[in-house]
Amino acid sequence: MAHLGKLARRGGLYTLLGTFAFFSAFPFYWMVIATFKRDHDLFSPLNNPFLFNEPPTLDHLRLLFFETHFVGYLLNTVVVGFAVVAITLATAVPAAYALARWARGWGETLGIGIFLTYLVPPTILFIPLSRFASFFGLQESLWSLILVYPTFTIPFCTWLLMGFFKTIPKDIEEQAMIDGLSRFGAMSRVVLPLAISGVLTVVVFSFTLSMHEFIYALTFISVSAKKTVSIGVPTELVRGDVFQWGPLMAGALIASVPVAVVYTFFLDRFVAGFTMGAVK
Amino acid sequence: MIAPAVVFIVAMIGAPFVLAILYSLSDATTGDPGLRIVGLQNFQAALADPVFRLALRNTFVFTLLSQSIVIVLSRVLANALLKSFRGKWIVRFLIMLPWTAPISLGTIGWLWMFDSIFSPIDWVLRYLGALGTATALLGNQTNLYWLGVPGLSMASVILVNVWRILPLATVIQLGGLSSIPKDLIEAAEVDGASPWRRTLMITIPLTLPIVSIAFLFGVVFTFTDLVVVYVLTRGGPVHMTQVLSSWTFFKGIEAGDLAQGAAISLFMFPVLAVAAVLILRMARRTEVV
Repeated sequence: MAHLGKLARRGGLYTLLGTFAFFSAFPFYWMVIATFKRDHDLFSPLNNPFLFNEPPTLDHLRLLFFETHFVGYLLNTVVVGFAVVAITLATAVPAAYALARWARGWGETLGIGIFLTYLVPPTILFIPLSRFASFFGLQESLWSLILVYPTFTIPFCTWLLMGFFKTIPKDIEEQAMIDGLSRFGAMSRVVLPLAISGVLTVVVFSFTLSMHEFIYALTFISVSAKKTVSIGVPTELVRGDVFQWGPLMAGALIASVPVAVVYTFFLDRFVAGFTMGAVK
Repeated sequence: MIAPAVVFIVAMIGAPFVLAILYSLSDATTGDPGLRIVGLQNFQAALADPVFRLALRNTFVFTLLSQSIVIVLSRVLANALLKSFRGKWIVRFLIMLPWTAPISLGTIGWLWMFDSIFSPIDWVLRYLGALGTATALLGNQTNLYWLGVPGLSMASVILVNVWRILPLATVIQLGGLSSIPKDLIEAAEVDGASPWRRTLMITIPLTLPIVSIAFLFGVVFTFTDLVVVYVLTRGGPVHMTQVLSSWTFFKGIEAGDLAQGAAISLFMFPVLAVAAVLILRMARRTEVV
């Protein structure tokens, strides 16, 4: 009997997890199906929508890559992503290091203050920032995104790195400074290599967060060739009432799943930093 | 060393925030962004606008309903993920997908699933006989028109939002659950406390701070988000799913009324301020535990 009870519990657990996994992943399965389905099969309400009723095709992929700006969207996204990562590292690493070393008193308060700015949402800032962009002539330019995205990557990454730096004992760089290195030298030559996994986490997050961003890109960029994937796919591949569902799903799939795979590996650190990065 | 970060934040978050307040008190438009202060007119105009009132109400319904569902589901899911079982990494990966993929692209997948003719949900309902015949449970039309009917379109937007926030809430809850010392639970077991009592007296009080953090972050993200609404319905049908953030965009950018847009966006601020204060207090309490 006990054995049966255990079996039932196992079954219950798998059913529960299976249901959740299905709910989460189904839209992506749906993209895969549409990507390779022939139009004739896709747009027939009588066909079973979950299976290939006719042989799969690569037509939608060909259309996506050769007849839309999709490749351009990917390139724009990568350019913006790398630039944002560079700006974020250059500002967040020194700030987090300083805050972690003067952790008591005002350092702690300032750290929390910087983190709280992460909660100021783009939906309050995008109207004034769009005026900034047009004032400096940056509208329709990737530069506007490169300059604005650090508003959410810097607060978050500073907070995250602060937690990492706190775990590295002070003695190590004091030792290095006695051996003749400056504080900056001690930071870059001794502390940073020890915090490399933290820095890597920050790189992944700044990149993925800027790839996910939607509101600023929607506000600042309207020329098709300058768009990033997160706005290019939903706004350019939907033409009026004519939905090119095949290429559209192909584009969503190709742009979302690789980044999701990388992101997943770093998610635990992300969340640890999120809730109490500096509480160590 | 802190200077560059602080300068950046002041210039790109502080200054625009002040400018948003100025715009909300002025009569600026995209065509004429000069600042003439007109007082609280924009706020009064917003409050008098029935679409704004609808958007305000929708924002609260949208946020509270989706977050309540997320809190319950994420606790159930976190409890299940706490156990060890075969294939855990693949289950975890699948469950994380909605949070780790760009949200606008995930939502596009849902848009196709809610299609008014080719929706697979409707196909299953028709197949099961719940739709499309005269005696069917859900009526004799062939489709439910998920995004075209007022009640259903709100339900769809909430569903997609739950789908999107659930992974983050689950991971946070998982962190909370696994931080409870095992000996506490074992001691209670030895003392003969029932599972219900253990949950009520140990698990819930000990994880309350971290659950609150998950809840508050979910509230902040949902309350200020426009992606799901923008991609799925653009606020339609007839503004039935309009929320403050989407209405800010349509008024402030598409219609070019900067002053109105800024005023509408500032209606979100009190809720955010309260959330921020609560998050701080929760974080302090977590530190003590």
